[in-house]
Amino acid sequence: MLDAIEAILGVPAPLLFGQLLLGLINGAFYAMLSLGLAVIFGLLNIINFTHGAQFMMGAFAAWMLLAWAGLGYWWALLLSPLIVGFSGIILEKLFISRLYKLDHLYGLLLTLGLGLIIEGVFRNEFGSSGLPYRIPAELSGAWDLGFMFMPIYRGWVVVAALFFCIATWLIIEKTRLGAYLRAATERAELVQAFGINVPRMITLTYGAGVALAAVAGVLAAPIYSVNPQMGSNLIIVVFAVVVIGGMGSILGSIITGFGLGIVEGLTKVYYPEASATVIFVIMAIVLLARPAGLFGRA
Amino acid sequence: MSFSRRSVLAASAAMGVAPLSRARAQANTIRIGVLNDMSGPYRDISGPYGVACTKQAVAEFGAQGFNVEVINADHQNKPDVGAGLARQWYDQGVDLILDVPTSSVGLAVAQVAKEKNKAYINTGSATSDLTGSACQATTVHWMYDTYMLAKSTGSAMVKAGGDSWFFLTADYAFGHALERDTSAFVKAAGGDVKGAVRYPFPSTSDFSSFLVQAQSSRAKVIGLANAGADTINCIKQAAEFGITRRGTKLAALLMFLADVHALGLQTAQGLVLTESFYWDLNDRTRAVTRRLLPHLSGSYPNMASIANYSATLHFLKAVKDMGVPAAKASGIELINRMKAIPCDDDAFGAGTIRVDGRKLCPSYLFEVKSPAESKGPYDYYKLLGTTPAGEAFRPLNEGNCSLVRS
Repeated sequence: MLDAIEAILGVPAPLLFGQLLLGLINGAFYAMLSLGLAVIFGLLNIINFTHGAQFMMGAFAAWMLLAWAGLGYWWALLLSPLIVGFSGIILEKLFISRLYKLDHLYGLLLTLGLGLIIEGVFRNEFGSSGLPYRIPAELSGAWDLGFMFMPIYRGWVVVAALFFCIATWLIIEKTRLGAYLRAATERAELVQAFGINVPRMITLTYGAGVALAAVAGVLAAPIYSVNPQMGSNLIIVVFAVVVIGGMGSILGSIITGFGLGIVEGLTKVYYPEASATVIFVIMAIVLLARPAGLFGRA
Repeated sequence: MSFSRRSVLAASAAMGVAPLSRARAQANTIRIGVLNDMSGPYRDISGPYGVACTKQAVAEFGAQGFNVEVINADHQNKPDVGAGLARQWYDQGVDLILDVPTSSVGLAVAQVAKEKNKAYINTGSATSDLTGSACQATTVHWMYDTYMLAKSTGSAMVKAGGDSWFFLTADYAFGHALERDTSAFVKAAGGDVKGAVRYPFPSTSDFSSFLVQAQSSRAKVIGLANAGADTINCIKQAAEFGITRRGTKLAALLMFLADVHALGLQTAQGLVLTESFYWDLNDRTRAVTRRLLPHLSGSYPNMASIANYSATLHFLKAVKDMGVPAAKASGIELINRMKAIPCDDDAFGAGTIRVDGRKLCPSYLFEVKSPAESKGPYDYYKLLGTTPAGEAFRPLNEGNCSLVRS
């Protein structure tokens, strides 16, 4: 049976299963980051290019909590999103809130600039080669799945990412708060007329989107080198994910995130040189065939 | 306010004279341009530290009858940006371009230096092609190259029983050169290369997929033909996937002290690597490190950053030897003078520069200490072996350098 699969696919079946699984894990990061972007774009109409820097800040906050305050991974998972989310709220109040009436392009330029500044400040302070952050003792070690060696921590990443994705989706689609949010997206003045403080809701939504990036940053800290450019490596891919899924579509960004992780994983087996490009090829095709994205409403 | 005819005349005379004296000062000033990565993955290897080391060399060289000015810029690891800056600098009277990490940029700048007949000392790129098929009469390549790394680390790993290899290679000039040179040593020692994955540079941060591929090839050694943050991520993720615990060895073919610092000894311990400088090698290296430390904001020098110090001292010696006007006139003559006089400094000791532009110095094979063995800040390496300067690099006649035949 396995031999038959190998004959058809051209690579050993265990290797293929391993790659599918690893693709799913990378997809978990794409899903979490694109989810935050989709939430922010959906409500604020801001293309948040600071997201990569905020993902990086999440990882750095985890490192600082450990190195300076002695607080470990689980505390970081709780505190880092709060700290980074709060910094997002300040950013929104000070800068981003001034741009809602202008074209998307202004928001994009402002957030891109802010992202570069934040990255530069961290690079100046901490250098570019990164800081060590260890996997928490409870999650270190690995399972032998037969076809591959699966680190427990990576499994945890997928579970945690799924939890945060589903929770966000439920809040937005199934709760009263989510209903307010969706209503404010459609007709902000009308919702405000019902006595709901829309500007504050928008600020908190931005904070929540940023906090999601910080959670992804904490999850990434033990796997990747914690360095200032860790976000800029990911953010372009994540934008492609959002565009493919459909700008502002919550479910779309989750499904596309996991799906594209798997596609990328397969490319790494068949033609590794193209693994950084494949997502953009898909993006181009999707834009030609369905300009609103796979799950977007035209 | 009124102008008398005399004051106008005096003013115009002064205006005419000022550029003249400025021009004279220009003619007596040697300008060194440090071109490196100030903001990307290779920043901590040289970047601001490489600039500080250059300035330290200028300060130690002292006043010798001419002025020395050091400028620097960020080439962002892009060949077009690097070549553009180099062209602009040489046109504006820069006499030496120094550093230039990232082999693709390093090779591009070598072309510009040749076109402009200006001196170029590379201390950052690793590709051995700089003194091989792409060698130029205006280029000197300082303290390492892919051949030297491959010979030292590669041979040592094969000797220790690692006779089958799989490469994870950064898909650009440097990665290809390092994979090629290491494969040659592995095969020459009777080993076997089972395969290679070439991954996109610099946009890859998850290596787990490639590591699992490498592992399923059943090779005994995974050769990391990459550098900087990529190497760090590979080592971190290999530990996570239990690859090293299951007996597969990692060969970090290019690793600097800064990378070990970033990984932490807990993860890095036991790794075998090659550098041509370590601060704690001998009294001279400790002395120069002590002088440099106040300028390096807490970090310690590695072979790349301190090569700027060593190269600058030797360059200034050659300038003094032939005189500033002659040095400014021809890059080829200046480099020839550098090849003619022997080098000696605290960082690399005595050495020479070969006709193909290769600076000769010994290479050292180190093992990273365990946390228990490390006694102080940056006390990271144990010396395993030394390859003398004469044997560390590719023999002169094997590089296909056009300067050697003529």
